[in-house]
Amino acid sequence: MAKTARRSRAKPAARRRATGRARAPNGRDTQHAVEQFLYRQAELLDEKRWDEYVDLFTDDGMYWMPPEPSHATWEGMPAIFAEDKNLMTVRMKRVLHPDAWSQRPLWGTNHVVGNVVVERELPNGDVCVRSRFHMMELRRDDVRHFAGAYTHHLTRTRDGFRIKLQRVDMTNAQAAYDYVLQVWV
Amino acid sequence: MLHERVPSLGKYVEPDRVRREVYTDPAIFDLEMERIHERFWIYCGHESQVPKAGDYYAVQIGRQPMLMVRANDGRVNVLYNRCPHRGNMMCGDRSGNAGDFFRCSYHAWTFHHDGRLRSIPMQESGYAGTRWGKDNPDCSMKRAARVENYRGFVFASLAPDGPTLAEFLGESRVAFDDMCDRAPEGEVEIVPNCFRVIQRSNWKIFLENQLDALHPSVTHQSTGRAAHEVEKIIAAKAKKGEAPLSYHMLSAFATVTIDKWDGFQTLNYPNGHCVLTGYMGLRPQDPDTLAYDKIMIEAYGRKRFEEIIGVNIHHVLIYPGLSVQSPLQQLRAVRPLGVDRTLTEIWHFRLKGAPEAIYRRSLAYYNLVNSPSTLVNADDLENFWKCHQGLASDGGDWVSFGRHMGRDLERDGRVETAPNCGTSEAPMRNQMKAWAQYMTAER
Repeated sequence: MAKTARRSRAKPAARRRATGRARAPNGRDTQHAVEQFLYRQAELLDEKRWDEYVDLFTDDGMYWMPPEPSHATWEGMPAIFAEDKNLMTVRMKRVLHPDAWSQRPLWGTNHVVGNVVVERELPNGDVCVRSRFHMMELRRDDVRHFAGAYTHHLTRTRDGFRIKLQRVDMTNAQAAYDYVLQVWV
Repeated sequence: MLHERVPSLGKYVEPDRVRREVYTDPAIFDLEMERIHERFWIYCGHESQVPKAGDYYAVQIGRQPMLMVRANDGRVNVLYNRCPHRGNMMCGDRSGNAGDFFRCSYHAWTFHHDGRLRSIPMQESGYAGTRWGKDNPDCSMKRAARVENYRGFVFASLAPDGPTLAEFLGESRVAFDDMCDRAPEGEVEIVPNCFRVIQRSNWKIFLENQLDALHPSVTHQSTGRAAHEVEKIIAAKAKKGEAPLSYHMLSAFATVTIDKWDGFQTLNYPNGHCVLTGYMGLRPQDPDTLAYDKIMIEAYGRKRFEEIIGVNIHHVLIYPGLSVQSPLQQLRAVRPLGVDRTLTEIWHFRLKGAPEAIYRRSLAYYNLVNSPSTLVNADDLENFWKCHQGLASDGGDWVSFGRHMGRDLERDGRVETAPNCGTSEAPMRNQMKAWAQYMTAER
């Protein structure tokens, strides 16, 4: 494991190419590649590597967190997040701005992603995958927990998987927010 | 102890400053709930939240858990969420439908939608000869003393006497007139989603921020600059050279600089209500707006249309619990949870008869500015928390509201800020003046 991690850190592009190859539908390789992708995405959030996080999305990709699971689209609907890459860039630039006051206090997150189910794999290699997440956030001395389900629509590119749509159904989406969410969950 | 303070409470407020205990003393908080929130008109919700008979919505008025419920006769009632039998909460959900009547989950007492007792199990065998039955008003769910509706917006007062809703609102009713008049059908309806955000600070800190025209370019500059950068990139790529209006809504926080905010004006009314004019008065000439204008002119005629669309409001504050952005059809209801905890309930409305595109434009603001992932309020909430922390300390006794003091223009009972004094702290002075009147009033 340690060896793999070291190697992949040294050559991320090579690793991404390796995981991006087309595989048999629902095969073990797809399962493995998708899992690695989800774990890496979570890692980017926890390490506050925002630009790399945004780069995981296709140019027309969307990050969407509906306020309740019954919503089938973000178009014309209230949404906690409904961000294309441009809006994600605004959010990223905001939190990186030296005068983003709410970013001053120490804060960090820890994501755990699991229950990864490859829902379907299309002939062109696109994959729909469901997973569950649990995120613990520390802000100053306060701990918050957010948990729920991810649904990723992934497409394969030369650089590996890219996200066409990430839907986030958060179990506590409807609960009152003690403070707010500053970045993607 | 609480009432020992009362005679001197007036001394906590001076024209340009306020004692810090006003924000941090739990005893003063309790007295505020008693003398302000549980006495004057508090916003419960919009009637379209409860369209069908039996529909209810839970709402907190001061410290009282209440239910707004639609009855069979179409009326909207506001009841204490409490069974008169043993005190059980009647509805445990935030909203739902009670069916033909309320039924307590503990001993099955049932009640009509207006709170009247409908039935008690074992009435004959169990209560014969007792005082417990339909003739006893103590066997019905208690109703809010007064309920009134202004253009679909339902308010309740827990005190049997006092000003009517219209008298209480006074000029601040422009918030609802402006919102409803912008609908071709003259009405709005709720978008069925409530964003709820808690801030760790006293409720007044939120209200004082709403019309503070100096803070946006300081507090929100990171978002404004970020949006402006991306707005320019999109515009450079776009054929018509324009980014969606939602980017402008955000970038204005940076592009409208401190000196420009002074160009706006606040109008301060009795009872603590205030209006901030300007800013959103801009009228784009895109096809969506023109299509909307056409429908509006058909509905109202050109003269009335120009009046409606010319109403120049950014924000209306209805003291002590409502912040309304009428041109964007959204409002925030303020529910104090404790001296240092405040819940805001954030709603968006649809203009009846307006094109979908107009709804989506204001929806973008609702999602970007007022949702729990807000690109704007995150920094406000940080300030509110820090404010409350500072006020809880012994580092000073007073909060000052002195900006542009002495330059306000008083006419016909309202206080207008002078030209180029838009960032005046007149709204805070006005709110605290009302606060002191409420808190020291004899019943």
